[in-house]
Amino acid sequence: MQMSGAQMVCEAIIAEGVKTVFGYPGGAIMHVYDEIYKQNGFEHILNRHEQAAVHAADGYARATGEVGVAMVTSGPGFTNAVTGLATAYMDSIPMVVISGQVPLSLIGTDGFQEIDAVGISRPCTKHNYLVRTLEELPRIIKEAFYIARSGRPGPVLVDIPKDITVAIGDFVYPETVDILTYKPTYKGNRKQIEKAVEAIKKAKKPLIYVGGGAVLSNASDLVRELAKKTQIPTVETLMARGVMGAKNPMLLGMLGMHGNYASNMAMSETDLIIALGARFDDRVTGKLSEFARYADIIHVDIDPANISKLVDVDYPIVGDLKDVLENMISMLDGVDTDRYRAWREILKRYDELHPQSYVDSDEVLKPQWVIERVGQLVGEKAIITSDVGQHQMWAAQHYPFDRPRQWINSGGLGTMGFGFPAAIGAKRAFPEKTVINVTGDGSILMNMQELVTAAEYKIPVINLILNNQFLGMVRQWQTFFYEKRYSETDLTFQPNWKALAEACGGIGYDVATKEEFDAALKDAIEQDKVCFMNIAVNRFENVLPMVPAGGALYNMMLPQIEEK
Amino acid sequence: MGTEIMKDERRVISVIVMNESSVLARVTALFAGRGYNIESLTVAPIPNSSMSHITIETKGNARVMEQITKQLHKLIPVYKVIEHEEMIEKEMVLVKFPIAENLSDIAALCGAYNGGIVNVGKEMIIAQVADEPARVGHFIEAAQRYNPSEIVRGGIVAIER
Repeated sequence: MQMSGAQMVCEAIIAEGVKTVFGYPGGAIMHVYDEIYKQNGFEHILNRHEQAAVHAADGYARATGEVGVAMVTSGPGFTNAVTGLATAYMDSIPMVVISGQVPLSLIGTDGFQEIDAVGISRPCTKHNYLVRTLEELPRIIKEAFYIARSGRPGPVLVDIPKDITVAIGDFVYPETVDILTYKPTYKGNRKQIEKAVEAIKKAKKPLIYVGGGAVLSNASDLVRELAKKTQIPTVETLMARGVMGAKNPMLLGMLGMHGNYASNMAMSETDLIIALGARFDDRVTGKLSEFARYADIIHVDIDPANISKLVDVDYPIVGDLKDVLENMISMLDGVDTDRYRAWREILKRYDELHPQSYVDSDEVLKPQWVIERVGQLVGEKAIITSDVGQHQMWAAQHYPFDRPRQWINSGGLGTMGFGFPAAIGAKRAFPEKTVINVTGDGSILMNMQELVTAAEYKIPVINLILNNQFLGMVRQWQTFFYEKRYSETDLTFQPNWKALAEACGGIGYDVATKEEFDAALKDAIEQDKVCFMNIAVNRFENVLPMVPAGGALYNMMLPQIEEK
Repeated sequence: MGTEIMKDERRVISVIVMNESSVLARVTALFAGRGYNIESLTVAPIPNSSMSHITIETKGNARVMEQITKQLHKLIPVYKVIEHEEMIEKEMVLVKFPIAENLSDIAALCGAYNGGIVNVGKEMIIAQVADEPARVGHFIEAAQRYNPSEIVRGGIVAIER
């Protein structure tokens, strides 16, 4: 069928089954937007900033497991999207971003709104394309979706010069993809799995260490089954919250810099790490030379480059977690769960000694209480997104996540401003679910223009602003490591949050007590409008436990029970 | 846990890639972005195929080498990465000498290193040597006494034995 390149882009998006595209038009992508206007195969959400559009597509992808799609114009449109690409890249999120580019004849001439998009995005995409002929356009879009969702997922950029979107040609969307140089490994090597199973049977203090790969591979049920069948204690990374389920008796908690005592001690004393889709990030390991000194390591990952990158692995298994776990579990029939009983007892005592805790107050709202309270009031029904900072860690520590994809945050890149647009994407995917963005008075301002987007499209996202009038996490480091020199972290100059939300078509609440919070959250859910809830919390609250950067995982700063 | 000190070693890596635009940029950007060294690099299309052969001379300890290999393999247009100790390596060098230098001495020196004089002009002599990279280094040292005015090394090409 004869059609323009712009039409091909739309037809390809429809053929991929995409329902929602997030984006922002501009000169170089206008022909595509003209076709978007004419079609009704998918909806387009106009975010008010390209970064937010990409985060929204990202949030949509994390909530659904499908490929998120964003569209931007050339030059500044693209450069604004870079933070979104990098955020998705660091957390391996499947995404296709389509950017306009100046016409082929102008490339390399410093044309208006020209920038080398493939050059800039090379280190923060799984792959990228500059389309050079109309003929290759359908194949490239097909490959982009395939690469984004296969193997270790990631964002793919397709940069399309304007004249290619105008040109007319024959459109045949390929049904299959065959890239000679790209063949991800899904099936784990059976011999390696057998060896790993033998190691599990011989271990005395094994520990399952689950990462975000378990979410990406939709392998949570199998991870739960493995833990249940073997009775091996399990720790989750920040990205894996929800995989085990908060009520799961085999879950010790989250490990790492702000992990709980039992989890970090388990990692420090285990004799066998069973790493499932986790990548030994520095925020997880602490000082590498002190990390898990007594442990052999089984590492299951779909990306061979993750294996033995930071720690030496004894049982490497390259493959899809789902496939590997199915095999592993079947080989563990009759495993002696009593063998690990003493180990479980030790860890239980560790948790009794230093449980995840905080000191509540009647005078001032504690941020941890707010998170717990949200958990009690909406619990498993809600999707929780977050920005980056103290509020993110409190949410990860204290929210009772029950299922994967319930917790959406920027773990790898740590992007402030991620939470609100990501919540918009998640809410668009699941309109019937309550979607709450846990944020801070610093982060929320980094994409606050999305109030307008959410109001226009009636995407009622609830923003809980844990307001301590500080860039809290930086302030915490200044307290501990910079002798309380609060350099540029004091945010006492504040906007009128309620008025700000109202000015953009949303609603606002000012909350300072527990009663006010309960009433406001109830009202926000009923009102069904985008809202800013300004929650005044204890200014100098710290996120604890904390492993100081570069310190050993077992050296934690713990909450002081006596503290006021 | 491997805590033994790992030594930096010189290695030659062959990378077989799809012969498409910006593929070389992807490879070199990976080295730059992850802080790996490139000591030398050569690239040329493989005859009768849609692929190119990139030969990279690099330095690093065993863990770095493993990462380089894996990260290269992750690039979508990379077909194959060969990192092998048993490589036949050759390098070419062109050297320009002033015409006043002794032509027959230079010819003899080049002969000892598998090369010869390739051009004699009004003002200069151009010699060429193709040999193992270490021997090319020796040749360049030996050539210093004839006051070379310009030296162009070609980078290493390698093939698996």
